[in-house]
Amino acid sequence: MAAELHVELVAADRSVWSGEATLVVARTTSGDIGVMPGHQPLLGVLESGPVTIRTSDGATVVAAVHGGFISYADNKLSLLAEIAELSDEIDVQRAERALERAKSDADAFAERRADVRLRAVAAR
Amino acid sequence: MGAQLRVYKRRIKSVTATKKITKAMEMIAASRVVKAQRKVAASTPYATELTRAVTAVGTGSNTKHPLTTEAENPTRAAVLLLTSDRGLAGAFNSNAIKAAEQLTARLEREGKEVDVYIVGRRGVAHYNFRERKISEQWTGFTDAPSYGDAKKVAAPLIEAIEKETADGGVDELHIVYTEFVSMMTQTAVDSRLLPLSLKEVAEESPTKGEILPLYDFEPSAEDVLDALLPRYVESRIYNALLQSAASKHAATRRAMKSATDNAGDLIENLTRLANAARQADITQEISEIVGGASALADATAGSDK
Repeated sequence: MAAELHVELVAADRSVWSGEATLVVARTTSGDIGVMPGHQPLLGVLESGPVTIRTSDGATVVAAVHGGFISYADNKLSLLAEIAELSDEIDVQRAERALERAKSDADAFAERRADVRLRAVAAR
Repeated sequence: MGAQLRVYKRRIKSVTATKKITKAMEMIAASRVVKAQRKVAASTPYATELTRAVTAVGTGSNTKHPLTTEAENPTRAAVLLLTSDRGLAGAFNSNAIKAAEQLTARLEREGKEVDVYIVGRRGVAHYNFRERKISEQWTGFTDAPSYGDAKKVAAPLIEAIEKETADGGVDELHIVYTEFVSMMTQTAVDSRLLPLSLKEVAEESPTKGEILPLYDFEPSAEDVLDALLPRYVESRIYNALLQSAASKHAATRRAMKSATDNAGDLIENLTRLANAARQADITQEISEIVGGASALADATAGSDK
């Protein structure tokens, strides 16, 4: 059996996903980082972007994470985000509409959020 | 029907209508408490992980940060008071306001100037009525606060604490909210949110006693702490908002339950009085008939002779 790490993806108001995984790829402020079982204890600041989790049964879970932290210790990885959504929860049309709207309103923050959502869906 | 009896009947009808309303409010509040409690529980994993992370940075590095360093001579303090938008919750709001006033008095005794920030229409109304200064106020979301609301509340507070005291910033941030102990007990508590004592956080942390590993910070311990502390404050405020909401609903439930009980007692008393009045009416009517009949009998007996 391949080595596994336990992942907890939590948003501010709920627990989004938890389970065993073999690889987690997330974007920190200093670049993409991949965490595999046995990684050195780590605490990093996340950029908003898609997070890819390769689960132990070979499936891939993608989530859109808007800011937050990644912390890894004792084979336990926590992804903390104020807002986090799994890619299958994202309504593509709504996100596209939000992107259009954000572009026309020149709301950089909303545009980024919608963009991250769409990228998470594309990475699925 | 006698006049007295009619008055009683009318009162019984109006109290019954009131009882129905309070009973409905009691049941609504009861269901909202459960919902609010569930929200508190749902926010716990995030808070726990965040506390763990703050503890890790706090113990794993010797970083200094404006949010964790205590001013030598604190001269200004901010007090955040959480009340509700609506009343009918017994002593819920007055307890919170009283706790805030005691805290303010204590801080002023210590020679600190106090800025008041208020959440909830009730607290705002209390301070406005007394023409006291409110630095900032938020209303409209106290029944079911979202994380966005907590962020909105936290932003100016964090800004104020990061500002120099001379420019109108504050040295300390206190929060007064109603802690949800149980369905029956809610207590107004005050606690100092900032400056954060990392040692205290470590003690509160659920992983107390556990030796934390030496973390690798990405990009650096300072940057992590910079990003982490405001989130920690937001999450604490969010938790306080949720607890306050749950407490408010529990207090409403209790207040409405006693209102319903009182209405029941009142109806019982009024029914007794109404029965007595009806009985008195009947008695009077009978004695009038009997009296009238005997007078008539006396009169006819007299004319026969």
